[in-house]
Amino acid sequence: MKTQTMKRITQALMAAGIALAIPFAQAWEPTKTVEFIVPAGTGGGADQMARLIDGIIKKNNLMKQPMVVINKGGGAGAEGFLDVKGTKDPHKIIITLSNLFTTPMAQGTPFNWKDLTPVKMLALDQFVLWVHADNPAKTAKDYIEQVKKTPADARKKMGGTGSKQEDQIITVALEKQTGTKFTYVPYKGGGEVATQLVGKHVDSTVNNPIEAVAQWRAGNLKPLCVFDDMRMPYKAKVTDTMSWNDIPTCKEAGVDTDYVMLRGIFTTPGATPDQVKYYVDLLDKVRATPEWKEFMERGAFNQTALVGKEYVDWIAKNEQLHMNLMKEAGFLKTN
Amino acid sequence: MIESITSLLQGFTVALTPFNLMLMAIGIILGVLIGVLPGLGGANGVAILLPLTFTMPPTSAIILLSCIYWGALFGGAITSILFNIPGEPWSVATTFDGYPLAQQGKAGQALTSAFTSSFIGAFVAVVMITFLAPFVAKLALKFGPKENFSVYLLTFCAFVGMSKGAPWKTIVAMMLGFALASVGLDNVTGSLRLTFGQEALLKGFNFLIAVIGLFGIGEILLTIEEGLVFKGAKAKLNMQVVLETWKELPKYWKTSLRSSAVGCFMGIVPGGATPASFMAYGVAKRMSPDGNDFGKGKVEGVVAPETAAHAAGTSALLPMLTLGVPGSPTAAVLLGGLLIWGLQPGPLLFVEQKDFVWGLIASMYLGNIVGLIIVLTCVPLFAAILRIPFAIIAPVILVICAIGAYTVNNSMFDVYMMLVFGVLGYLFKKLDYPLAPLVLALVLGDRTEEAFRQALLGTGGDLSVFFSNGLVGTITTLALTLLFWPLVSKLLAMVRSKWK
Repeated sequence: MKTQTMKRITQALMAAGIALAIPFAQAWEPTKTVEFIVPAGTGGGADQMARLIDGIIKKNNLMKQPMVVINKGGGAGAEGFLDVKGTKDPHKIIITLSNLFTTPMAQGTPFNWKDLTPVKMLALDQFVLWVHADNPAKTAKDYIEQVKKTPADARKKMGGTGSKQEDQIITVALEKQTGTKFTYVPYKGGGEVATQLVGKHVDSTVNNPIEAVAQWRAGNLKPLCVFDDMRMPYKAKVTDTMSWNDIPTCKEAGVDTDYVMLRGIFTTPGATPDQVKYYVDLLDKVRATPEWKEFMERGAFNQTALVGKEYVDWIAKNEQLHMNLMKEAGFLKTN
Repeated sequence: MIESITSLLQGFTVALTPFNLMLMAIGIILGVLIGVLPGLGGANGVAILLPLTFTMPPTSAIILLSCIYWGALFGGAITSILFNIPGEPWSVATTFDGYPLAQQGKAGQALTSAFTSSFIGAFVAVVMITFLAPFVAKLALKFGPKENFSVYLLTFCAFVGMSKGAPWKTIVAMMLGFALASVGLDNVTGSLRLTFGQEALLKGFNFLIAVIGLFGIGEILLTIEEGLVFKGAKAKLNMQVVLETWKELPKYWKTSLRSSAVGCFMGIVPGGATPASFMAYGVAKRMSPDGNDFGKGKVEGVVAPETAAHAAGTSALLPMLTLGVPGSPTAAVLLGGLLIWGLQPGPLLFVEQKDFVWGLIASMYLGNIVGLIIVLTCVPLFAAILRIPFAIIAPVILVICAIGAYTVNNSMFDVYMMLVFGVLGYLFKKLDYPLAPLVLALVLGDRTEEAFRQALLGTGGDLSVFFSNGLVGTITTLALTLLFWPLVSKLLAMVRSKWK
């Protein structure tokens, strides 16, 4: 009798437990404002992409809770990464630049991508070698010949964003590959770098497509080669005569150097698979919108988008790659 | 020329719809509110509202957002004049004469001249954008690191002799500003400086937080010490004061013109509104016959910085549109907006998106007129704030300052920093050290250093680069002349008296 009652009670409890468990088993959703951290200043490539995502989410009502984009670019992005690393609250995501790898290596700031939870790769940003439209060089090889001919006290100036970051890494890689030497001049933002080239204050840049496209279309700049192992896929004409696809790879052009930059999303340490899945689904919805597709084409992005293990493997491989590049360039912090 | 006028008329037809006019009024009012709150700058306001505009046509969207920007430019002056607390960094120079005026019971005059000057500065800049855009864009391209450095040098040199105190006190304040500005990441070498391993110091010292603390908290501490006496309560509260001030203003047409020119120039080159306002104040003080009375409550001392700040703020939009390089933080956020609306800033924007560009320019004219009407009708209202007992208003200001400091970076550390700066500001005032040189050095310090080192990178350290072409040579020479002018004029006087 007693045992039967016990059994019934247990059964009832179990049923109640299952009933209770159902809402928990359902997908996780944010219960308050989600902070979208940009580990860089306003107006740059990462900032533009974050604000676009925020705009698409708001315009299409993809999320019930509000989202707010916050720039934390201090210490070459360390401020933003440390902020995400320092909390367990999953209402926080961060978009990356290459400074995910380069900042801790160059400055010894205590963070690593393994401290964060990878969510999804959104795209890869390309780099293109640009010179002024008046430069007689027709190919990357011509330009490298020019660089080789300049005397050591009047070296060609390569303008780029930041110091010991992607633009300078590419410059050093290009120098190693071709046995040349540039004077690298660091600026604060990509748009400024493009304008400096138009004003002939530097001789070449490795701007991302989106940073330089407006000046290319206006006939002020000339692309020589793209630092990737294949050409960009976009065949629509950007200028009267050329599309992104018409730009040769640097390998084709005889200066074999390649480099792409991760535009990926991470969230806070210890986020559950449910929480990660929520963000992955959200970003998939974003990627399906026409606004996103238009943005990808305008900025000639490489649309590789990995999740899960593939994403983690890609990051690990690239961390090693950056380690080697930074070591060769002498950019590692030594104490 | 004719083409510009027809395009502009076309622009007016785009901008002059009831919906757009309503957006202008909303934008201005929001902007004034944002401008009044220290810390919550135009850039934050625009960033917060940006997503709301995605469903609007691009022209309406940019009208709303740019009107917030104009509103913030107008609003920054209000707290500078009433409480000696600059609502925006570019109104720091407005406090020099605006606050003494308010203390003398002339808050109405000070506000009216600030608003009217802002309008004139913006108007001159818009006229320039209308007719000289292509030329101006070409000029902006001539500015590389060495040219930028010479402009910053000019700003600092224009500052010499501006404060009344001992010169060494000015130098101490300025050096402290430079030291604070160098904390954080050094962009040229990519390494950290003066952070002492503290994560909180990674991002360096934001000058907004310094301004809120030094001026806002410092001023409150000072007033508390003086027994919460609040001067200036006898300010007149009617519209009469606007008309009276307008009668006086045409006297200062030379100052207005000079300040507009300074402002337009600093907006196009990457100087920006804050240095422009300081430079215009310094130039006006030097050129004016009653330059010695500056700082004691001269209307001219309000006219100069406000005209220049607005002219610079307006002309800073031009490099954004034609080059895609934002001339100010707010312009940077607007730039993000352009991209989302599918517009590509750059040389072709004027060719491919005529309706948008000229609609925007027309809205600059209209927005500033709407703005002037709104803020002028509110002058008595603003002046009436001074009648509220200080015991009530001080805690409100304190809370607003704290919120302002927090919003800059969403960080509590900044609020503590603000309090530290407040104590520093109080000490500076007690010991009679000037605050303005510290602020200027903090605003421009790292940019000046960066431009200097970028320029020298290209030449292997050869200083003659600052005289290497006509443009940079002229600006550098002008700067050095300003720097040594007090010495030179003294020498000249000595030689002359001996000769006699």
